[in-house]
Amino acid sequence: MLHIVVCIKQVPDSAQIRVHPVTNTIMRQGVPAIINPYDLYALEEALRIKDKFGAYVTVITMGPPQAENALRKALSFGADDAILVTDRAFAGADTLATSFALASAIGQIEKNMPVDLVFCGKQTIDGDTAQVGPGIAKRLELELLTYISSIESVNAAKREIVVQRRSEGGVQVLKTRLPSLITMLEGSNEMRFATMPNMIRAAKTKVSRWDRVAAGIEDVSNIGLKGSPTVVSKVFAPSPKTVKAEMVQTESNDPQDLAASLLMRMFTKFPQVREEIARSAN
Amino acid sequence: MSEEARKPAGRKKFELDPKLSEYRGIWVFVEHERGVVHGVSWELMGEGRKLADKLGVELSAVVMGSPADDPRKFCREAFVYGADKCYLIEDALLKNYRNQPFTKGLTDLVNAYKPEILLLGATTLGRDLAGSVATTLKTGLTADCTELNIDAEIRSLLATRPTFGGSLLCTIQTLNYRPQMATVRPRVMAMPQRDESRSGAIIEATLSLLETDIVTKVLDFIPDENSNKVNLAYADIIVSGGKGLKKQENFQLVRDLARVLGAEVGATRPVVQSGWVEAERQVGQTGKTVRPKLYIAAGISGAIQHRVGMDSSDVIVAINSDPNAPIFDFATYGIVGNAMTILPALTEAFRKELHGRKAVVA
Ligand SMILES: Cc1cc2nc3c(=O)[nH]c(=O)nc-3n(C[C@H](O)[C@H](O)[C@H](O)COP(=O)(O)OP(=O)(O)OC[C@H]3O[C@@H](n4cnc5c(N)ncnc54)[C@H](O)[C@@H]3O)c2cc1C
Ligand SMILES: Nc1ncnc2c1ncn2[C@@H]1O[C@H](COP(=O)(O)O)[C@@H](O)[C@H]1O
Repeated sequence: MLHIVVCIKQVPDSAQIRVHPVTNTIMRQGVPAIINPYDLYALEEALRIKDKFGAYVTVITMGPPQAENALRKALSFGADDAILVTDRAFAGADTLATSFALASAIGQIEKNMPVDLVFCGKQTIDGDTAQVGPGIAKRLELELLTYISSIESVNAAKREIVVQRRSEGGVQVLKTRLPSLITMLEGSNEMRFATMPNMIRAAKTKVSRWDRVAAGIEDVSNIGLKGSPTVVSKVFAPSPKTVKAEMVQTESNDPQDLAASLLMRMFTKFPQVREEIARSAN
Repeated sequence: MSEEARKPAGRKKFELDPKLSEYRGIWVFVEHERGVVHGVSWELMGEGRKLADKLGVELSAVVMGSPADDPRKFCREAFVYGADKCYLIEDALLKNYRNQPFTKGLTDLVNAYKPEILLLGATTLGRDLAGSVATTLKTGLTADCTELNIDAEIRSLLATRPTFGGSLLCTIQTLNYRPQMATVRPRVMAMPQRDESRSGAIIEATLSLLETDIVTKVLDFIPDENSNKVNLAYADIIVSGGKGLKKQENFQLVRDLARVLGAEVGATRPVVQSGWVEAERQVGQTGKTVRPKLYIAAGISGAIQHRVGMDSSDVIVAINSDPNAPIFDFATYGIVGNAMTILPALTEAFRKELHGRKAVVA
């Protein structure tokens, strides 16, 4: 049977994040935590492979203890097993340190049952780097398949997979071997609803908690703040443009007059815009 | 990256590991597909030139491609856009982008010639390659930057990127690791001037790989149907519509104006989500970054996630019924009014203007 590992991250719902106007700090109170939306495409695709070919799906996350909720949610959608990698030593990890920790944990999972496919989201909405997937693939020497829009076929016997990959200006059809790591493109599928039996199972399933030792990490110099080459040296609010729009008004304020007034002002001050329009309208 | 878990580092005295001080110079990876260099590579060349001058080092292009692409001509273009040198790997295995051979080629070049900064476009290709190369080299990578600068004293790249949905910016440094890597989105940096008189040295390297070593095979390439039609990022005039247009039928008013101007059509995310236009037309943080000469925004509130994708446009015209809409805080011209009546009036006014000119020419 295929064994698929799906990496999911719990993130604050950024649509609801507000920045404190004076202190420039993030106001997180009351902001709900969600599964990174891009990771749901990864999870759904893994579950579809399970439905079609039969597979054992393990979900994994690295995060604080409360990230267990994200894993339970994934179980209720139909994942079979869940692992929470959590340790204070992981705090402050950048993408290199995060992918090191996740790769190491996946290495431990592999000891019980070989892994054929790893799925990640395209990117997270809080980190937004799209680098953790490639990082894990390189460390585990998995074939890397990013921005996958669809999986055409999986041949477990021949250990082959054919996928469609979004690239600039078109779609590449790629054939490669298992094991590989796939980062799934948004919009490629739609998350199913949790079923009652799965919800019950999710509530009963024990989520394994791994600290760094359980995740196979002896040396702390590769994880957390220490294992992160990048440091944040400054956080600041975008400087607001001080010049406000020049408002176009006329006595009548009827549309024709407003339009004429705009053109006159704009073409006087920016003759190059007039030239550009003349050129492109041809 | 979990910026949230990290406090900004204090300003301690920093000393570069002497082993790393042999890393010198700035490299820009030149991305090309089907015979055309992606504009972001030249935008980065322009930016790289400024950084190289601040550090007093050379700027180099990295070009990888198959002989069929004639990659040598991309080296010559790179000189015209500001490069001093070009590292070139020409090999038939590099015909289509695949992660393994490109990662190997670029990683080997870095290990052999040791640049201190390596810049790539934040495209699908660039992000795939940058993440792999950074992990292989075990160095830091700052993705999707909007601003690059140098702390010359400690030869450190200051890479600034939006965080938390664009509501904040953060500056990230890669201190005791080399090279310092960053990706930048298309259209965030300005296109540099060409200087036809410039030239430089081409340094050739080989890719020590055989096709049998490469696991992934490209079976097919299906070009996008409208890939030549929608080129929003590089359009010079854009007419965009937002949720203020109320319903799909009204979006036609945006298209009408765009047609008269020879402009591309853009939209906000809610408009795309409602299915009024294709996803390729979304402008903003999770869409395209644009910098046209003229951007007309109709029924758009000007939320930060939209603004970050368009506020480097030369001239912004905003039409909104709410005099307090945030878009008026950064537009060049504002019209308070109903887009459903102003848009047709503008279409008519531009049409007259253009016809008037044509009559004079004739
Ligand atoms: C993580 C994240 C990423 C996002 N990424 C993007 C992105 O890439 N691009 C993007 O655009 N958005 C993005 N958004 C959404 C963004 O926050 C805003 O919700 C969105 O830009 C608002 O779109 P709008 O201006 O069309 O709609 P609204 O905010 O609903 O504004 C409509 C405007 O139309 C005006 N109006 C109403 N009637 C009329 C009329 N008759 N004539 C003229 N004006 C009228 C109203 O006064 C209002 O200002 C993102 C959000 C999140 C959380
Ligand atoms: N802490 C984490 N735990 C599990 N998976 C993660 C974590 N961080 C990132 N990922 C995975 O890597 C992908 C890319 O993340 P990022 O590089 O942060 O944009 C995400 O969509 C997840 O699939």
